[in-house]
Amino acid sequence: MTEFLLNICHLDAYYGKSHILQGIDLQVRSGELVVVVGRNGMGKTTLLRSVLGLSPVQRRGEIVFNGLETVKKLTHEIASMGVGYVPQGRLLFPSLTVDEHMQFVCRNKKKESRWTPEEVYNLFPELRQRARVNGGRLSGGEQQMLAIGRALVTNPLLLMMDEPSEGLAQIVIKRVEQVCRHLVSEGMAILLVEQNLEMAQGLADRAFIFYNGRIAYEAPGDTFRREREKVGSFLGI
Amino acid sequence: MSLILLMSILNGLTLAALLFITASGLTLSFSLMRVVNLTHGAFYLAGGFVGLSVLKATESWIIAGLAGGLCMAALALFEERFLLRWARGNDLIETLVSLSIAIIIGDLILVIWGGYPKTIAIPQALGGAIKIPIINLPYPLYRIFMLGLAIVIIGGLWLFLKKTNFGITIRAGVDNFQMVSALGINVRRLFTSVFGLSGFLAGMAGVIGGTFMMLGIGEDWRILTLTLIVIIVGGMGSLGGTIVGALITGLIYSFATAFIPEFSLFVLFLPVAIILSIRPQGLFGKEV
Repeated sequence: MTEFLLNICHLDAYYGKSHILQGIDLQVRSGELVVVVGRNGMGKTTLLRSVLGLSPVQRRGEIVFNGLETVKKLTHEIASMGVGYVPQGRLLFPSLTVDEHMQFVCRNKKKESRWTPEEVYNLFPELRQRARVNGGRLSGGEQQMLAIGRALVTNPLLLMMDEPSEGLAQIVIKRVEQVCRHLVSEGMAILLVEQNLEMAQGLADRAFIFYNGRIAYEAPGDTFRREREKVGSFLGI
Repeated sequence: MSLILLMSILNGLTLAALLFITASGLTLSFSLMRVVNLTHGAFYLAGGFVGLSVLKATESWIIAGLAGGLCMAALALFEERFLLRWARGNDLIETLVSLSIAIIIGDLILVIWGGYPKTIAIPQALGGAIKIPIINLPYPLYRIFMLGLAIVIIGGLWLFLKKTNFGITIRAGVDNFQMVSALGINVRRLFTSVFGLSGFLAGMAGVIGGTFMMLGIGEDWRILTLTLIVIIVGGMGSLGGTIVGALITGLIYSFATAFIPEFSLFVLFLPVAIILSIRPQGLFGKEV
C-alpha cells in the first residue's frame, strides 16, 4: 500500500444531499504527475477539496496519504502532512503582500526546508519585484505564480493544482508547465486538474477522465496522448 | 467657538477612544470568525466590575485594568473553546449562544456586585484637570490619558497585525480562513486566541470606561449597541474603519446628547441606516 503517496479508494463525496463523487479509485506515486480532466461540474474540484477535507464536502471512503488514513483528519492536519494546494481562482489573500503570503506560511513551520520564499523568488523572478504589492493587485500570471509559491513554501510532497491555466496567456501557461516538469523531476508528486487538454496531454504521466462524478477513463500518459478521439468524446470535443 | 461646542468635541473624542478600544476586539473576532459576539458588552461590564473589586483590594488601577482584561480573556477563551466551537458555521446557534452567555453574565453581575451603579475611582496621578493649550480650556486629565491610551492601543494593534506572524495570519484568515487551514495552519487555535484577545480588550475597556462613566446594569447593552454601530459604520475587519467608525459614533453621540438629547438615539442610528443602504460593507469594509 505504501508505494502510493496518495491512495484514494472507493471515495464518495457529497455536498449536502447531492452525491458528487461516486466510488473514485485514484492513486498518485511520488514523482508522478497525474492529470484529471473532464468537463465542468464533473467533480474534479470536489476531488481536490475531498483530499484536504475542505468544507462543505462530506467524504466517505478511504484516502491514505503517505501511509496514513486522512478521512477523519482536519484540513490543517492533512495539509501539514505534505499536501500543497493551488486552488481554482488562486484565492490569494487581498490584504497581504506577496512577501507576507509566503512569510506567514513559512514562519509557522520550524524546520529548514527546500522551498523558502527566496527559492520561490528564484523560480519566479518577477515576483521578487512585486514583493511589497498586495496579492489582489497582481496580474493574472503573477497571481498564479504566487499561488504556486504559497503552496511550495509549505514544502509539500504532493502538490494539487486546480486549473492553473485558467485565464492565463499561452506564454504563462508554458511557464507553469515548465515549473510542473521541474518539480516532478525533483521528486514532487503533482495532482493536476485541468480543462486545457493540450496542457494536460503535455504533462500527464497518467490521466483520468471524470464523467458525472465517476472515472470514465484511465490511461498512462502515452496512451492518453495517442487516443485523441476517445479522449475527445468524453470531453465533448 | 462656544464652550459647549468645544466640550462636545472633546467629550466625543474621549468616548470615541473608549469605543475604539471596545470595538477593536469585536471587529477582529467578527471579521475572522463571522460570529456576532453579543457577549462583548457583558465582557465590558464584567471586566469593569472585576477591576472595581481588584482596585479595592490592591489599590492599583493598572493591576485592576489588567485583571479586568485577563479575567474576560479567560471567559472568552472558555466561551469559544467549549461552546461556540461546537456551533461553528451555524449563525443562528452561534448568536443565541453568545446572547445567552451575555444574559447569564449580566445576572451574575447583579448577584455579585448588586444593582446600584458604581464608578471606579480615578487614579490619583490622573485626577484633576489640566488646561489645554491654545484653546485654554480646563479638561479632566483622565480623559486625556484615555485618548493617549487609545492611540497607544491603535499603534500596538497596527504593529501586531502588520509585523507579527500571528497578526499576518489573522489578516489572511479574515480574507479566507479555509485557505489558511489548507496551508497547514491550525485555524481553530487562531480563532480561540483572537477571541481571547477580543475578550481582553473588552474587559480592559470596562475598567477604563468604568472610571469615567458609571458601571451598572444595562450599561453592557448600551456599550454593545454603540460598539456594533462603530463596526457597521467603519466596516468589519478594518482597523482604520474602526477608528473612523468610533470617531463618527463618539462625536455624534456627544453632540446629540449636548444639543438634542431627545433625538440622540435617532441621530445615532441615522448614519447606520444610511450606510447600510448605500454601502452595506461599511465605509472601509471589503465586499463579501
